[in-house]
Amino acid sequence: MAEFKEISPNASAGAKLTNWFENRFPTAFDAYRVHMSEYYAPKNFNFWYFFGSLAMLVLVIQIVTGIFLVMHYKPDAALAFGSVEYIMRDVPWGWLVRYMHSTGASAFFVVVYLHMFRGLIYGSYRKPRELVWIFGCAIFLVLMAEAFMGYLLPWGQMSYWGAQVIVNLFSAIPFVGPDLALLIRGDYVVGDATLNRFFSFHVIAVPLVLLGLVVAHLLALHEVGSNNPDGVEIKGPDAPKDANGKPLDGIPFHPYYTVHDILGVSVFLMVFTAIVFFAPEFGGYFLEYNNFIPADPLKTPAHIAPVWYFTPFYSMLRAITSEMMYALIACVVLGAVLGVTKLKLPSLFKMVVVGGAVVLSALMLAIDAKFWGVVVMGGAVIILFFLPWLDNCPVKSIRYRPDWHKYLYGIFVINFVILAYLGVQPPSPIGERVSQVGTLFYFGFFLLMPWWSRLGQCKPVPSRVTFAAH
Amino acid sequence: MKKLILGLITALGLMGGAHAAGGDTIAWDKAPVNTSDTASLQNGAKLFVNYCLNCHSAAFMRYNRLQDIGLTNEQIKDNLLFTTDKVGETMKAAIDAKQAKDWFGANPPDLTLIARSRAGHGGTGADYLYTFLRTFYADDTKATGWNNLAFPSVGMPHVLWELQGKRRPVYETKMEHGHEVNVFKGWEQLSPGAMTPLQYDQAVGDLVNFLQWMGEPAQKTRVRVGVWVLLFLLLFTVIAWRLNAAYWKDVK
Repeated sequence: MAEFKEISPNASAGAKLTNWFENRFPTAFDAYRVHMSEYYAPKNFNFWYFFGSLAMLVLVIQIVTGIFLVMHYKPDAALAFGSVEYIMRDVPWGWLVRYMHSTGASAFFVVVYLHMFRGLIYGSYRKPRELVWIFGCAIFLVLMAEAFMGYLLPWGQMSYWGAQVIVNLFSAIPFVGPDLALLIRGDYVVGDATLNRFFSFHVIAVPLVLLGLVVAHLLALHEVGSNNPDGVEIKGPDAPKDANGKPLDGIPFHPYYTVHDILGVSVFLMVFTAIVFFAPEFGGYFLEYNNFIPADPLKTPAHIAPVWYFTPFYSMLRAITSEMMYALIACVVLGAVLGVTKLKLPSLFKMVVVGGAVVLSALMLAIDAKFWGVVVMGGAVIILFFLPWLDNCPVKSIRYRPDWHKYLYGIFVINFVILAYLGVQPPSPIGERVSQVGTLFYFGFFLLMPWWSRLGQCKPVPSRVTFAAH
Repeated sequence: MKKLILGLITALGLMGGAHAAGGDTIAWDKAPVNTSDTASLQNGAKLFVNYCLNCHSAAFMRYNRLQDIGLTNEQIKDNLLFTTDKVGETMKAAIDAKQAKDWFGANPPDLTLIARSRAGHGGTGADYLYTFLRTFYADDTKATGWNNLAFPSVGMPHVLWELQGKRRPVYETKMEHGHEVNVFKGWEQLSPGAMTPLQYDQAVGDLVNFLQWMGEPAQKTRVRVGVWVLLFLLLFTVIAWRLNAAYWKDVK
């Protein structure tokens, strides 16, 4: 046990009370110091650094509004739709809680996408922050599961048929697929059993995992320290420090970044509440019009599209047609040939590469394209986990990378937006071609990164962060 | 880069609104929706209860919620309660669901949320309903004797025909891309209705206004509260901005 701290009998009542608690619960006080008042964050955070705290804010909004929704919601196929309308009409302020939750779902993805983009351009995933990035990617993956299962709960047409389409994807997996889909649904079609288990996962199982991962994400971050727009280490052995060993380029998180984040929060809330109060459907993107029709297993809507935040990945799924498989096989063969001829590998490895490519190509011909579509869609998320080991650029931040890197990242973002757009649209021949090119670009961007990120002349990285006093 | 940004903006513009219903039908007219117009909403409620509620339900709408559009419980009880005698009940249809299915081939859909669910490329759900209810025409080839321009081969007969009268669409033949196509030109009145066309449009406008309100009774409260919330946040943002500046002014 730690030493009891004595306090002067003349101290104020507040100080005495604090001392009483600190002597009995020192861990809380240590945690406050480690994570808040003595956590040094770089001074030069810019606009992009708001989105981490905003993601946390949205998480809290979702949990709190979710608690109130569960008080009135009925997870029963016969009652679910009606209970949501009951919340919208008869529960005092129920409409507000529901709109906050539905808008919060989309807002979560907006801030998380921007947060990930920040990590991408400033190299926040690079050594020593690989684990921070990996926990973050896991949060993204779990968030997708959370959003998908939550979307079934209003039990509208789009909820129902969206779930039907996505769960059916699992049945494309060879051998175990149909049984796996059955296990997920709990029935041969999406039904009451599905609704109940999705409700259970959505309100307790997945949020618990999500919270655990958020804690891991933050603990890992505070261990290695935050990156910054310059990609300069402020706590490294060579970084400038004051007499107490505190980094000169850092500043205590509390109060400096807490007041800073409060500003970010208030601006964010203006946008958020403007949507909640003035455009909660957001043109049919946040609440799809079809979802105001109760689920009807006998009436398939003409056009089923997932909510906007899934559509880039949905586009990639739809891009994988049996025709596209030939293009993918060509990519595999080309990759193997380049690997064997260009890389200096021992001959045993070369044989493994060639053998692997042959087996993979054979499988790609043998198994239905639908399965490979699922693989591509999943792979598009999984590939993010490997980013720390794909990037070979000598510098972290986009600021000091060759200019053409910036254009490449720009095209990457535009490509992602185009894929998202195509995923909302009904399938069309032109859209199919564009999404196929987009899919190849998306994967090319990451898979060829070990090669292209090394190219070009980087600019000199300063030894201190760039910071202009306010 | 500029071109790319321009392209991106164009792409976003093309996205417009997400859509639900598709199909090649006529363009939707703009519905005269004003959910602040109590007289219009009350007239719409009257039309709704008299004409729609026989076959369609509004299962999530309680009669006493009509207090929101300026009616008293007594007025609701005396004038609008046909299918129940409790003012706290929801609006159920008079028709038997099984019979309805036999007669029309499908159950008439619930109308509580019809104005929200029918929005799409052509406009809002109210625009659709306003067009739909004004484009019925006599068609002997259909079982009900009625057809509709906004919803071809609709199962629903023209319930308001006594008000509008019988009509027939007139087409003209045009050349488009080297093909002859029939383009809708206007209407031919076959028999007069109880209302003039202008009165009929107004009545349908009131009905659609009511349907729009019923889709989300909180829609006006939402906007009213929203203005205050945003004003508060604006003030709060100014405070947060100055507070942040005060803390950071000494950071070198």
